[in-house]
Amino acid sequence: MIGKDSCLSLLKKIVEYSSADQTEALLLTEDSSLTRFARSMVHQHVAEKNSTVILKVVKNKRIAILTTNRLTPASLKDLVKKAISIAEVQSPNEEFISLPSPQRIPEIDTFHKNIQTLTPKRKVKLLQDLFKIVREKGLEASGSFSNGMVEVAVVNSLGVEAYQRYSDLVLHLIVQNNESSGYSSFVSRNPDQLNIPILADEAILKASKGIPILIEPGEYEVVLEPYAVSELLSFLGYLGFHALSVQEGRSFLCNRFGQKLVDSKVTIYDDGLDPKGLQVPFDFEGIPKQRVVFFEEGVAKSVTYDSFTGHREGKPSTGHALISPNTEGPIPINLFMKEGDSSLDEMIRSVHKGIYVTRFHYTNVVEPMKAVLTGMTRDGTFLIEDGEIKSPIKNFRFTESVLKALSRVSAVSKDRKICSEGTVYSRRFITGIVAPAIKVDGFNFSGVSAL
Amino acid sequence: MKELIQNILDIAKLKKVDYADIRVVHRRTEEIGIKNGKVEAFTSDEDLGFGIRVLYRGAWGFASSSKLTKTEIEKIFGKALNIAKASFRGGGQGVNFPPLSPKVGQYTTPFSIHPLDVAPEEKLNLLLTCEEILRNHKGIKIAEAFMGSYYMAKTFASTEGSYVEQTIVECGAGISATAINDTEMQIRSYPNSFRGNFATKGYEWIKGLDLQSHTERIAEEAIQLLSATPCPSKTTTLILDGSQVALQIHESIGHPIELDRILGTEASYAGTSFIKPEMVGSFRYGSEMVNVVADATYPGGLGTFGYDDEGIPAQRVPIISQGILVNLLTSRETASVLGKESNGTMRADGWNRIPLIRMTNINLEPGEWTLEDMIADTEEGVFLSTNRSWSIDDQRINFQFGTEIGWEVQNGKIGKMIKNPTYTGITPQFWNSCDAIANRNYWQMWGTPNCGKGEPGQVAHVGHGASPARFRNVRVGVMNNV
Repeated sequence: MIGKDSCLSLLKKIVEYSSADQTEALLLTEDSSLTRFARSMVHQHVAEKNSTVILKVVKNKRIAILTTNRLTPASLKDLVKKAISIAEVQSPNEEFISLPSPQRIPEIDTFHKNIQTLTPKRKVKLLQDLFKIVREKGLEASGSFSNGMVEVAVVNSLGVEAYQRYSDLVLHLIVQNNESSGYSSFVSRNPDQLNIPILADEAILKASKGIPILIEPGEYEVVLEPYAVSELLSFLGYLGFHALSVQEGRSFLCNRFGQKLVDSKVTIYDDGLDPKGLQVPFDFEGIPKQRVVFFEEGVAKSVTYDSFTGHREGKPSTGHALISPNTEGPIPINLFMKEGDSSLDEMIRSVHKGIYVTRFHYTNVVEPMKAVLTGMTRDGTFLIEDGEIKSPIKNFRFTESVLKALSRVSAVSKDRKICSEGTVYSRRFITGIVAPAIKVDGFNFSGVSAL
Repeated sequence: MKELIQNILDIAKLKKVDYADIRVVHRRTEEIGIKNGKVEAFTSDEDLGFGIRVLYRGAWGFASSSKLTKTEIEKIFGKALNIAKASFRGGGQGVNFPPLSPKVGQYTTPFSIHPLDVAPEEKLNLLLTCEEILRNHKGIKIAEAFMGSYYMAKTFASTEGSYVEQTIVECGAGISATAINDTEMQIRSYPNSFRGNFATKGYEWIKGLDLQSHTERIAEEAIQLLSATPCPSKTTTLILDGSQVALQIHESIGHPIELDRILGTEASYAGTSFIKPEMVGSFRYGSEMVNVVADATYPGGLGTFGYDDEGIPAQRVPIISQGILVNLLTSRETASVLGKESNGTMRADGWNRIPLIRMTNINLEPGEWTLEDMIADTEEGVFLSTNRSWSIDDQRINFQFGTEIGWEVQNGKIGKMIKNPTYTGITPQFWNSCDAIANRNYWQMWGTPNCGKGEPGQVAHVGHGASPARFRNVRVGVMNNV
């Protein structure tokens, strides 16, 4: 951790070096560790420390973006010089209006000092406790236990100055034997909230229900756990909940705002400030997060904007800029689905013949404008008959329109869970989706695993 | 640099670790994206750092930092050792890591024109010209062109005395046209989807792609797709173009033969494999004409290098011979479980990641057919081209792919265009249904620059040599009732 003053001071110097019309400098620091385990044994345990500057310069509407982790004054001066020279050879982007101006950023604490107590020794000890619980049930544990401290700072030549430090912990757990597996996960900014026995019990319960049977794919009633729901929501966010996808005419919301597209029990929004999620006070342009509602009681309402897509329509940014260069659009990263008044047990009891899905695996887009996705179920898929979970089943492949599925939602749980994929392929910045469990009266499974 | 490296390896030996290695990696990347007449992204990245791997009493530790100073290297070594000790005291990993004779050498990607030395103006001009032709087609809503240039210099050294320096140069480019109406969007790409085709070659590779001469065709096809017939839903004969065969190899052969997946150490994220070690030597993976090699030496392949990140020289290894599984992708640690030696597939995505078993160039050897004869020999089926969607289960057995475009095949002739084509299958059944593979004239390398694996996430650049191939009794048109 570099600290607020050092971060902002470094970025201000970079902006001062620049003779461009407008300059934005973003600093990301990371001090993290990730412990992987398989067959109830730690097999990979890594640590990383890095600081990266992402510089954006604008000269006569020509934009260049450079990234470096070489942070000496000489390197940074070279960086600015190179950025300007790259900008100068480009043709102007006439749609660019301006970098954003400063706005008041809400003060939120997103750092828990106890994250620093997660030393290698303590993490291994916690995992040993986990392995013991799992072994006692005749199962083995695989998963990852990741913790990090991250700083994000943004300064631009129009006066934006933003700094935030984050702590995070993500634990994914799969317990398995030769026949079946179960999954659970935990994410928080506060390591004191981690409860190993509860996490273990959740996964163990799903792996202890016998040998999976083969049933025919087809359309079934489904009960989707929050993990599965969060996966569907994240794809909606990527495909259609942001301004770029609408402006390019590729969002499923194009020309459909104000229309009821999904069931009235479905309200989906993004809110970086809601303490029920993993809070993020400002985006990567230093603009405060706004609450944006995509579906309100089933009706299509709005999408997210960053400064560039906002200027295109004469609208303000909603605080959803991602790290530059972002060619995917201002994708929402703090998604919520509003809770309902049901419970998992009530949903299961209401199913005549259906499928219980813990989570999906390797989901991908088949038809973007209809939000048709395909993927496999994994780590806890069960047949429900006459209101009871009867047996684990061989994993199903689904091929389904998420919009169609959400138009058939007949129950939404009161309880919600923060679900996170943890680190992905870019820089560490842990985000979470707050999702309930849902019951869908008709979900298309197009195939079944051979194993 | 050499002194810093030697210093830390000397310290490691004094601390009596079983083994330690250090990798110093310097990467420079330039990416240009053009969309609808505008430079959407022109980025230049530089990244430098080191990672130290320590094996202490059979337990691994790894730590990394971007601060390349003597003090920091020593501090990070201490951190890696601390992590390894914690893992050992927590029950140990029992890693068997047989000693290796020192490997000393250098490797540089052969290239004529360094892609990072080419003037930005020249690159922009090529991309903007292509993109403008796409955009000028009425009906094309999104016209895009992309180019990426990559340089990596890495030094690997170990307490066993290995010292390897490598410079890898890569580049690639591609164009795509998207047509959109009120209800759907259709995309066509060249030379491949997801930004193009990539190789360990210089800028001469991009020149050879001849992007401009394919602009008219892909723009027209994207527009035509909007009014094309949906892919029929049936079980039929499937002919795939080389690029889709490449992805089919990647997902349903390349990943399942990774020995770390097979041994369960990737279970928490990417999954495991339907393959078991005892299947090597007897399992019929495909029909007799299916021959697959892992070839890290193939000139220009995106998975081509001199040494892996454990210092093992690049190799060409048979994987499937006449349909029988004969080998797996291995590392020093995993190969020892089978009583074998590593075949050199450990690679890390930069200084801050540990090496994992990664595909090199997993190539389906060419057959004897011409594509024309293959089509003429097909009474009824579909011919699909250019990947659009992919998904496979965590054991790599149930897959479903979609392609950008397809055509019906009727009575030995290409028929009408079909849109939203999809097909699904079970890995060994599918490869056993392969009854025709096109010859070397149709065979080429396809670079996959986005192969994900591991936690924290790692992206590997891998290659696949492939030509068009035919498969019988495949279910197509999966999404028709959605």
